[in-house]
Amino acid sequence: MCIKQVPGVSEVKIDPKTNTLVREGVLSIINPNDRNALELALTLKEEYKAEVIALSMGPPQAEEALREALAMGVDKCFLLSDRAFAGADTLATSHTLALAIKKVINETDPGEKYLIICGAQAVDGDTGQVPPELAEELGIPQITYVQNIELSEDKIVVERKFRATEIVVIETKLPALISVLIDINKPRYPSMAGIMKAYDNANVVYLDSNALNADKSKIGLNGSMTEVKKIFFPERKVNPVMLEGSAEEIAKKLCQYLKDDKIF
Amino acid sequence: MSIVIDEELCTGCASCMDSCMYDAIELKNNIATVLKDNCTLCKACIEICPEEAISLEREDVKIQKVDISQFKGVWVVAEHYKKKIQNVSLQLLNKGRELANLLQVNLSFLLLGTDFDDKLEELSLYGMDEIIYIKSPILKDYYSDLYTKVISELVLENKPEIILIGATPTGRDFAPRVAKRLNAGLTADCTGLEVNHATRDLLQTRPTYGGSIMATIRTPSSRPQMATVRAGIFNMPEKVKKRVNIRKIEYEFEEEDSVSKIVKVISKTKTSVNLEDAKIIVAGGRGVGSREGFRVIEELAEVLDAELGGSRITVELNWLDPDRQIGQTGKTVTPKLYIACGISGAIQHIVGMQNSEIVVAINKDSNAPIFNWAHYGIVGDLHEIIPVLIEEIKKIKVDE
Repeated sequence: MCIKQVPGVSEVKIDPKTNTLVREGVLSIINPNDRNALELALTLKEEYKAEVIALSMGPPQAEEALREALAMGVDKCFLLSDRAFAGADTLATSHTLALAIKKVINETDPGEKYLIICGAQAVDGDTGQVPPELAEELGIPQITYVQNIELSEDKIVVERKFRATEIVVIETKLPALISVLIDINKPRYPSMAGIMKAYDNANVVYLDSNALNADKSKIGLNGSMTEVKKIFFPERKVNPVMLEGSAEEIAKKLCQYLKDDKIF
Repeated sequence: MSIVIDEELCTGCASCMDSCMYDAIELKNNIATVLKDNCTLCKACIEICPEEAISLEREDVKIQKVDISQFKGVWVVAEHYKKKIQNVSLQLLNKGRELANLLQVNLSFLLLGTDFDDKLEELSLYGMDEIIYIKSPILKDYYSDLYTKVISELVLENKPEIILIGATPTGRDFAPRVAKRLNAGLTADCTGLEVNHATRDLLQTRPTYGGSIMATIRTPSSRPQMATVRAGIFNMPEKVKKRVNIRKIEYEFEEEDSVSKIVKVISKTKTSVNLEDAKIIVAGGRGVGSREGFRVIEELAEVLDAELGGSRITVELNWLDPDRQIGQTGKTVTPKLYIACGISGAIQHIVGMQNSEIVVAINKDSNAPIFNWAHYGIVGDLHEIIPVLIEEIKKIKVDE
């Protein structure tokens, strides 16, 4: 399963005076959706005695996120960290993750019996593009926006949220990739014993571009097709007509305006 | 590869620091310095520097170049449900027409489905030059692998320069897969699309970091340029009568083309929540104060025959059901009237409702950012104003 470390976005605010981001006190967290992916992986581990392997790509500080995953019960962790991975868009990111997953599969040899679980999207970039791109690169079927799953010997049957009022039940063969929604489960908290274990024994294995035998033209900025041209803060759109007076006066005025605007 | 700052040119103005979201630039002796460990090479600072003192130093890596001049034309991929083309696809045709005109190329509508033969004439009123209709019985439903196969093949054959797709659970499922297969740049959830005449680059603007920041993205050296857009971002097109070329292709799939099978479709007992199509929405925020406090908001919604919504915090506090959340992580809505009650107007919320036709904001705090987005503003206690407003509306409804 894949984890991304993200800034706690709901904390990010703009300083109205300087029109810049206020970053003080913003902690890095495991992307909330990835916690659901983790929880699902751990449930399947308990049910099917599966081994749960977590991967993350990011700077060395992303090790914290993986330590937390270990504390929750993940068996093994890999951190893909290298300056050469920096500046990656979703294409380059999915390529790097795919290289690492192929390496891990090669080493652990699960045959056909593996399932890749991702969160449906990350709260920072919020593209949701990495899971399908990863599935494509691995050449396995994908089912995105999953809110329920049943696993059997060599196949999965999942419920995919398709529209607000409709769920599609899809069956596919293993190996497969799913991306899960926030309503699939309630993620557990790490136990004290888990935390002790995560910091005492378990390892986070670092993989750099050499370890992955990566083609330099396909990773990081070089492997990215998209580039950021400009970053700006959203602007004010309209000047409001302010309604003043007693509640009655305000209500009357508003209704008149809305009548004029042909709302009523 | 790294960001380098020319110390001779740097004036220490710090605009690069402000543009950096990763705390990767600091001033040392009044000269900007890059902290390599934090830098993600996003290049925001390069664009912002007024002195052009910042550049990217690349290693010499051979990157396969695509001859982008071969790619011409704008495509919109149709999304349909129960034989009806979804509004988001028609809205994209409207935007696609504008882009195609600027680039002086054709606009094509790519439709994968079955049973559309008798609908093509009606569809041809939406401004495209061409409909490419890929027909197969299995395309009645959506399958990621079949869509990916067909669209990738058609793109390789026809080489469009721009492909627009709805940012729906369907579009967001196949678009990345197609992008990967074609090694094409893809930008999710765009709220603005423009083209640069000279380079023919599609300038794709989207909210990022929970909507706190807008980023404009381009794909300078590769084609096609793919973008997904949510429903309601662009307007519906006017119907026009014009000659539309129809290319119908009967497509035959092989058994192994799809590993996945649809077992069944479960329709949930129709929830009454339909924010996306609502004409009027009454939404509450933290300022409503409590779950009980929402009753007055509900009552206002009732008299207006409106749908009820709220900001993220109201869902987190359990005052409101999650399917009523409006904003970056919730629904994007485009009603004729949006009444924001006790909503401060964090940008995460704004991105979900900014295309409402008329916005009324009621808030105690006259400095609340929501007033920057409102057409009518009321500074005051919503619990005093709304009950009076409800009575006033009732009177009007009786008069009618």
